[in-house]
Amino acid sequence: METIMASASDVENKLEPLSVLKSNLAVNVKQRKRSDFLFSLVGLMSLLFALITLLALFVDLAMTGVPRIDLAFFAEFPSRFASKAGILSAWVGTFAVMITTAFCAIPMGIAAGIYLEEYAPKNWLTRLIELNIINLAGVPSITFGLMALGLFVYKLQLGQSILTAGLTLGLLVLPIIIVTTREAIRTIPNSIREASYGLGATHWQTIQDHILPYSSGGILTGVIIALSRAIGETAPLVTIGALTFIAFLPSSPVSPEYPFLSFKWLMDSFTVMPIQMFNWISRPQAEFHVNAAATGVVLLLMTLIMNGIAIFIRYRFRKKMKW
Amino acid sequence: MADLTAFTSADHPVRKWRKVKDKIIESILFLAALSSVFVTIGIIYILVSESLPFFQHVSFKEFVTEKEWTPMFSEAKFGILPLVVGTFMATLIALTVAIPLGTITAAYLSEYVKPNVREMLKPILEMLAAVPSVVYGYFALLFVTPILQKFLPELGGFSVLSAGIVMGIMIIPYISSLSEDAMRSVPTHLREASAALGSSKFQTTFRVVFPSAFSGISSAYILGISRALGETMVVAIAAGMQPNLSLNPLEPASTITAYIVQVSLGDLPHGSIGFQSIYVAGLTLLIMTLIFNVLGMWIKVRFQEKE
Repeated sequence: METIMASASDVENKLEPLSVLKSNLAVNVKQRKRSDFLFSLVGLMSLLFALITLLALFVDLAMTGVPRIDLAFFAEFPSRFASKAGILSAWVGTFAVMITTAFCAIPMGIAAGIYLEEYAPKNWLTRLIELNIINLAGVPSITFGLMALGLFVYKLQLGQSILTAGLTLGLLVLPIIIVTTREAIRTIPNSIREASYGLGATHWQTIQDHILPYSSGGILTGVIIALSRAIGETAPLVTIGALTFIAFLPSSPVSPEYPFLSFKWLMDSFTVMPIQMFNWISRPQAEFHVNAAATGVVLLLMTLIMNGIAIFIRYRFRKKMKW
Repeated sequence: MADLTAFTSADHPVRKWRKVKDKIIESILFLAALSSVFVTIGIIYILVSESLPFFQHVSFKEFVTEKEWTPMFSEAKFGILPLVVGTFMATLIALTVAIPLGTITAAYLSEYVKPNVREMLKPILEMLAAVPSVVYGYFALLFVTPILQKFLPELGGFSVLSAGIVMGIMIIPYISSLSEDAMRSVPTHLREASAALGSSKFQTTFRVVFPSAFSGISSAYILGISRALGETMVVAIAAGMQPNLSLNPLEPASTITAYIVQVSLGDLPHGSIGFQSIYVAGLTLLIMTLIFNVLGMWIKVRFQEKE
């Protein structure tokens, strides 16, 4: 007992008086509160920096571009004269390429997602496929363009056509669709599957009647995000040799004679809005820069609206689904 | 009732057909999943097979040591170094912008902001990633460069600096979004323990949450690096497309991706040396990104917090 008392008084002698300790603590707490406050300020500033940059980009583009946009701008072909030039061939091309991309990527992406989530056994092949999809998402987009140039344009002789462009962009966004499909399917609780099996449904019936309908919101979100990414993609299409000056439209998909539907447009050459915009930026004259800004406004509006829809669907779906 | 027993027996035609149908569907789905592997094989095969003839004209030694890259000149020189240096310069500038801003934003959103405000801010931040890169190119050339020229009068119309800065802004959401996910998945009891020992929020964030989430944060950085290495349109528009072996960010330069775009804009015959040169450049880029991806996986495994 005495030794403890002694050591306690020892400690007390060595330590500074309590009042000093208290004031030290007060200073310390003050410093910490200040660093806390400072960091929240720094955090807010860096967040604002990003948001203000985004705003500056919108405002700059809109101020230059919006006055240029009128009906004629959508109805004219590109031209040597900046004031007469329009984006008719570009937006039609974007539309045609997007349809091809969607046909290529959506069924394949969803099918692959279903397989990996619902069927795939745990073995090396599944691991290989999963690892491959992660890696593929990190491959630079221009590499897809090089592959398409070698494979689709020259080996398969598809030419620099809408079909080549659609396939290229389809393969490019495939990982996005696969990953979002898997995430959407994974949120469905196992009890749903078990209930379906319990009623005698087969594996596919369960997927068709339960898994797919319940995950459709998530899958749709992924599809829209993938397509909005494909709309803005420029580099792979430049690489496959898409032309920058196109003064004609692809051939019509409907024809007056039997069989009424024509797929000749798939093999036509094309241009798309980002390529048209790139072409106009690359020219030295400021009048063409105005055209580029106007195209940029249209492009930006389309991607933002698509992303907005995707966010909205995700939000609505999350609210609706309560397991 | 007899019919029903017949139906439940395993060899009733309806049940047999369902089983067959299930198998058929499964194999179709399997093929769809496997196709992604064929895409990778296709990329590697095309890039390698189109690059190989290049090395019959140019020795590997010249490719690596030559200091000029002028495949289109009559006195063609094939040294990849200027393109690689340009690519790394642009990436480095982008990361100098994106890593601090992205990390601080992530820490702020994850630790300081109320959840409902965060849910509102995140989609807006992610819009930065949704903007098409060609629009960023416009922004770099016609908005950021003129602003930079006010501070740096010697800056020309094309520079790695402005392309790099805009690229950095472009990849902020990739870094902030993934880092924030990683930080938020750090269990709350670690934060509580830290707070109980008297740490401030700031100390908790950077001495407890950040180290625990390091594995996830590093994969965010790696993703940012691969994005920056492979980004094309911003550098093609704003950096000037001139292969330049220089460490001065104020000068114009070219990157691997910008070179590929530059050549593709012209009309090169299949099999010419210029055509092969874009495949060699593309292969170099693919190998560079692959190295970073593997590094990222290694870091992720190495620093994964054990439960």
